Amino acid sequence: MGPTNTDRAPGAVSLYSALAVRGFRRYATYRAATAAGAFTNSVFGVIIAYTYIALWEARPDLGGYGVAQALTFAWIAQALLAPTGMFGGFIIDDLSERVRTGAAAIDLHRPVSLLGLRLAEDLGRAAYHLLARGLPPTIVGALLFDLAWPDRITTWVAALLSIALAVVVGFGLRFLLGLLAYWIIDLYGPAWVLVVMQLFFSGMMLPLVVFPDWLRRIADVLPFRCLIQIPIDVFLSDDTGTAVLPLLGVQLLWISVLLGAGSALTRFAVRKVVIQGG
Amino acid sequence: MAEAVRGFAIIAGAWMRAAMTYRTSFVLGTVVQFVITFMDFAAIIIMFGHIEAFGGFSISEIALLYAISGFGLGAADLLVGNAEALGRRIRDGSFDQMLVRPVPALVQVAADHFALRRLGRIAQSSAVLAWAMSAAPIDWTVARVVVLVAAMASGSVIFSAIFVMGGAFQVFAGDAAEVANAFTYGGNTLTQYPLTIYPTELVKGVTFIVPLAFVNWYPGLYILGIDDPFGLPDWLRFASPVAALVFVAAAAAIWRTAVRRYRSTGS
Repeated sequence: MGPTNTDRAPGAVSLYSALAVRGFRRYATYRAATAAGAFTNSVFGVIIAYTYIALWEARPDLGGYGVAQALTFAWIAQALLAPTGMFGGFIIDDLSERVRTGAAAIDLHRPVSLLGLRLAEDLGRAAYHLLARGLPPTIVGALLFDLAWPDRITTWVAALLSIALAVVVGFGLRFLLGLLAYWIIDLYGPAWVLVVMQLFFSGMMLPLVVFPDWLRRIADVLPFRCLIQIPIDVFLSDDTGTAVLPLLGVQLLWISVLLGAGSALTRFAVRKVVIQGG
Repeated sequence: MAEAVRGFAIIAGAWMRAAMTYRTSFVLGTVVQFVITFMDFAAIIIMFGHIEAFGGFSISEIALLYAISGFGLGAADLLVGNAEALGRRIRDGSFDQMLVRPVPALVQVAADHFALRRLGRIAQSSAVLAWAMSAAPIDWTVARVVVLVAAMASGSVIFSAIFVMGGAFQVFAGDAAEVANAFTYGGNTLTQYPLTIYPTELVKGVTFIVPLAFVNWYPGLYILGIDDPFGLPDWLRFASPVAALVFVAAAAAIWRTAVRRYRSTGS
């Protein structure tokens, strides 16, 4: 893993950026898997695009979107699926595997915080997935359909920022769930509950603007809309006139809640948990 | 054949006993499978909150298409779905062991990690089917029941063939397992909706290249008594079993080629 015999303690910034670079490279190794994933994202993009065309042609302006905005939603959502880590895996599998084998005991006593280490790695992974799994479906979507792009450079910047925040929210959710491994051994069930909640309440299955009021109200108080609906709302804000800053505020709020809970729970795990294996 | 079934039963039984070690997790997993499959039907219900018809079809008619497709994928996933994880067996070398055991390799691959929780999708599709059968305007005759049963069996075979092809593909491109998802889960999503919403080229593609339209669309048109919106010949409605047989023969040929070309991991 990291540098083993350095004479001086590495600065925090260089340490975490080194971890991020490793996270990037770790996933960049699997080129065929990445190409396969981008292909699958694109196939789903085509299917979902035609369902949205049928829906929005039957009901123009549904939820404040036109056909172009709905299609943009379909493709950007596919592009964000891998970077936001919505299908779980990644951290969850790692953490629970390390608890099963006993390696988790070492993690809890490293000089870097478990949360910081995992976050840095996950940001590296997400950067890679944004490029390799996010760009291809976006390009395919832009070639096949008329999409709605931001008009102003500031909207592009805000959209990229919102995507970065979405990645951190996704990390926070998966990290918290992964920590459950210190108490529950088989995380299959809880992990899928998280996947279901994320897919449904993020807007991945269907934009939240289409949800009936009562369901929308539930979605609005949950963190999951930070993953898909909010970044895409920011992306489309030039067309829809949505205020961007409150949306970014919601993401920041959830990040502080999730990461705060994550770091508190990690400290709790250090004190309370009896590690197995070893 | 009897030997293959026996081999499957022995391996699947072992995996079921293993799963029962984590009983709570098994129950939760089955419930989650049921819920996750209900989620895409919930999306359809939400869409129908805004519209009367989707691609010219009512919600009960779409439910029929949805249920037949979901049943086919569910049955295929239960019986051979694990073929999608063959890449892992190839990477760690344990596929080599499978090839020397006295049970056909395909049977071992299919029964590997057999998981009863996959019944969740079959249960959900069956529930939707029961509702669709009573709610959709269908003039039930013996012929329509036969076509429905044949469609469910053919759909299972077609999706199974895709899983096997996906497994065979991993012999050549180990990491690219996810390509198969585009045709299994992607094919399921595609066929949940009436094909009228897609362009003609796509409909021809899923008729003549990857026969997904035979899973539910052509038999569905017959059961619902609807003329083909694309003007394709009427006999296609009864052709699902033939399409399934041709496709599974192709999958078998591809699988045999893959096993013959397999060169182990080399380490």
